[in-house]
Amino acid sequence: MTTTDTIAAVKTTSTPSATSKTAGTVGSLKDFSSQSSGVRLVDITKVFPTPEGTGETIAVNNVNLDVEDGELVTLLGPSGCGKTTTLRMVSGFEYPSAGHIYIGNRDVANVPPNKRGIAMVFQSYALFPHMSIWENVAYGLRTRKLPKEEVIARTDKVLKLMDIAQYQRRFPNQLSGGQQQRVALARAVVIEPAVLLFDEPLSNLDAKLRERMRDELRSLQQRLGITSIYVTHDQAEAMAISDRVVIMKDGNLVQAGSPEDIYEYPTSTFVANFIGKANFVTATFVRKDGPAAIVRVPGEDVELVIPKPGKIEFKEGARCCLAFRPEHVALSRSGQGFPGQVTRATYFGDMVEYVVETKTASLTIEVNNPQISERFAVGDMVHAALDMDCVRLLADDAPVVE
Amino acid sequence: MSSVAVSALEPGIAPDRSPGKKVSSKTGMKSLNRLVRQPILLITVLSVFVLLFIFVVLPMFNVIKIAFSDENGFTWDYLIKGLSKPVYQRTFLRSIILGVIVAFTSTAVGYLFAFATTRTEMKGKKFFNIMATLPIISPPFVVSLSIIFLFGRQGLITRGLLGIKDANVYGLPGLVVVQTMSFFPVAYMTLRGILMSLDDSVEDAAFSMGASRGRIFRTVTLPLTMPGIISALLLVFIQSMEDFSNPAVIGGGFSTLSVDAYRIINGMNDMNMGCMLAIMLLAPTVCAYLLQKYWMRKKSFVTVSGKPTQARRKLHEKHIVYPLFAGCCFFTGVIILLYGTVLMGAFVQTWGVNYVLTLKHFSYVLTLGAGVIKNSVILAAVAAPIGGFLGMVIAYLTVRQRFPGRRLMEIASMLMFAIPGIVSCIGYVATFNTKPLLLTGTAVILVATFTFRNIPVAIESGTSTLLQIDTSIDEAATISGAGTWYSFRTITLPMLRNAFLSGLTYSFVRAMTAVSAVILLISPHWNLATTKVFALFEASQFSDAAAYVVIMIVIILAAMGIINLLVNLLLKPRAKAPSAEAVEAALQAQGSSK
Repeated sequence: MTTTDTIAAVKTTSTPSATSKTAGTVGSLKDFSSQSSGVRLVDITKVFPTPEGTGETIAVNNVNLDVEDGELVTLLGPSGCGKTTTLRMVSGFEYPSAGHIYIGNRDVANVPPNKRGIAMVFQSYALFPHMSIWENVAYGLRTRKLPKEEVIARTDKVLKLMDIAQYQRRFPNQLSGGQQQRVALARAVVIEPAVLLFDEPLSNLDAKLRERMRDELRSLQQRLGITSIYVTHDQAEAMAISDRVVIMKDGNLVQAGSPEDIYEYPTSTFVANFIGKANFVTATFVRKDGPAAIVRVPGEDVELVIPKPGKIEFKEGARCCLAFRPEHVALSRSGQGFPGQVTRATYFGDMVEYVVETKTASLTIEVNNPQISERFAVGDMVHAALDMDCVRLLADDAPVVE
Repeated sequence: MSSVAVSALEPGIAPDRSPGKKVSSKTGMKSLNRLVRQPILLITVLSVFVLLFIFVVLPMFNVIKIAFSDENGFTWDYLIKGLSKPVYQRTFLRSIILGVIVAFTSTAVGYLFAFATTRTEMKGKKFFNIMATLPIISPPFVVSLSIIFLFGRQGLITRGLLGIKDANVYGLPGLVVVQTMSFFPVAYMTLRGILMSLDDSVEDAAFSMGASRGRIFRTVTLPLTMPGIISALLLVFIQSMEDFSNPAVIGGGFSTLSVDAYRIINGMNDMNMGCMLAIMLLAPTVCAYLLQKYWMRKKSFVTVSGKPTQARRKLHEKHIVYPLFAGCCFFTGVIILLYGTVLMGAFVQTWGVNYVLTLKHFSYVLTLGAGVIKNSVILAAVAAPIGGFLGMVIAYLTVRQRFPGRRLMEIASMLMFAIPGIVSCIGYVATFNTKPLLLTGTAVILVATFTFRNIPVAIESGTSTLLQIDTSIDEAATISGAGTWYSFRTITLPMLRNAFLSGLTYSFVRAMTAVSAVILLISPHWNLATTKVFALFEASQFSDAAAYVVIMIVIILAAMGIINLLVNLLLKPRAKAPSAEAVEAALQAQGSSK
């Protein structure tokens, strides 16, 4: 397996920086990932009875996913897409209606959650309110009936790693949100889990703290190298922390790939619209020209050449959809592109967002740095020129415009 | 790099939403399998079911069986008798009439206190709160006793002040007063909860739109508290119907079902008719209980919106507060008078004749009655922790675990709440006087009756606490490696501390004060203080009864203090962490072992 080699390499390269920071007292951070292993979901399906008890709904539909050792994979999707159910099946709190889950090479179908050797950080942190911070963190070790010295030593190591050792005699309600978050993480990491599961762990924090904890969490995960599955509905969070993003919708796995991959090459209008903003213009596929595609936009009397249309194949004459980001359009008063009229201009400080009505579509366009770029007013006639390198061709399935 | 296998997913093609034919929510891990995998859980669930069957379901079944059978087997005779004989008809009707009257009077008094203590800026709200909850923990007979002291033949007021020679306090009016003073706290507690959860901003909104205070009360407050009022009415109705001690000693010629059922079994030895009367008593109380459950489920339209962001100015207009204050003072005064009278009655030579202070009643009680008081305390002290613990276990099982028959367990464990004491008493007599369940005359039957009659309250408080605790806390324990028992012991039970405490206290108090539930179960060897007091009533030894009651009050208050102390001592969370030296030593030990 070449992949494991690369992961191992990543681990060794990531540890020196960590050990240098916490050298001496703490020992090797590699210990924390000693039990870490990959996770494999094979044809996982989960069916729930409806609340009325009359029928059944499919919460997760035939999902396959392979998480490598040491990787952080994010399950991203709108609420009700099945991401939390998937996570809970890995944790063992839900049992799949069909399919298999492997942690390492072990099929965990018959392993209850408390025997899976995994850890979870909960949305509400779920700290034990009647226990001190020390007891909270040591809990997993004490359930394992480890010798007292080992419990104390390992707990101490994690408390120092998380920088919460000074609070060990406090109760959870005496800590701030960020500190509670660290305790929750410490409690999860201390058992040296095979997999670390995160169930929207940052959604209870305010925006500024959320960003800070997000970065902290990412750097920690990279230093420790524990396999992680992270559930969130916040696409910015997913982009920021993931090795790989898995997008789910209505129980289906829609697309999976690196953050760059997902943003730059969405394979469906849903993904394009869910990750960032996107414009969609309906077109007719004319023909292929090497890697490029040539399309015709009805109503506009031009053939467009799209150099990097993406991977989807179309028949000649088929309907398709041009997808491009608001920042991939340049506006000018005269010149190239689709002619149209500004119907809305919203000032955000770092950019201005325009809505331009062309003959065939309503485009959202972002112009950066409004202090030095040209400004337009509502009612102005403009031309919207696409950056053709950034346009993708997607199946035309009428995306929902909000 | 990407090793993700995207299944069933060609872009733009709607994925197949129907999984393979065999897959359904039933496949995979079933709850039963899950139970089998956890032997401790399985054993616990099974034992709870067995206990509930033996001590709750079986006695009730036997009551019904006996009521519908004679030597020749099944018969409608007793039902026909019960419904057609004027004497039974009258008893049934009287019980209902009494229940309805007391329900309304108690709810009215309870509403007065609840409204005054939650909705106004009145002085002494805390004091009124204490006074209005006090009767709940008091032994039975207190109110009856002081009513007799005050208004009886030798009554301080009737004879002493008004000079009436043969005042008759026995009968419906006396009963209404006694039961109202005994049961209005039930209504008060229910209504207080509802009124406190009512967001006062709705009243402020009505006020800002120009409504008068009276109009607001009529159009906003009263309708919003209606579920609470109905619930209080039903709860008091149940209490009044099942009340045994007050009608038994102060009812006089006014017979009620619970007393008649007892007299028929105890005096006439007619078990079948007694069971039929028990069923005639059971039917309305169970109906009222179910109705109450139904109403409280609908209480969700009460505007609960968490904590108010700022303290609002409550009702302070003099013309509103003063009459409410006067009302509270009046009833508080009555309570103080009632308890004071009993206290005094325990210390005087002969009530109505000779008011010289004496300790002779106490010495009488302590020489002749030390045994029964000891019995009461021991049995209550044994039953209370069992009931408290069992209550927590059942609450945990029904709220947090999934297993077949969970709803059944919930219903069976709460059933006893709706069953009048005398009915369960008859059921126990019928069930436990033959082998293999021969328990009559033992302490076990008394402990069992205390335990199972009092768990509903422990379960209720445990359940409501558990429902407020996020499930993820349990899951966090599980994922950390804790098994069911370890997680229950280290996480659930400590967090249920307050619920456990209130369950424990309630169980103890109820066990100390039970009359009707044990009246047929006591034996010469295991006699109890309450039944002894009842016997003293029958013999008109009121001052001796008063001494008993005073001692019981002292014991109950002391026990509450001790329970509180114990639970705090044993279960209070302490912020624990090893000392710096311990950490150092552990690190060294670890370092050397590696």
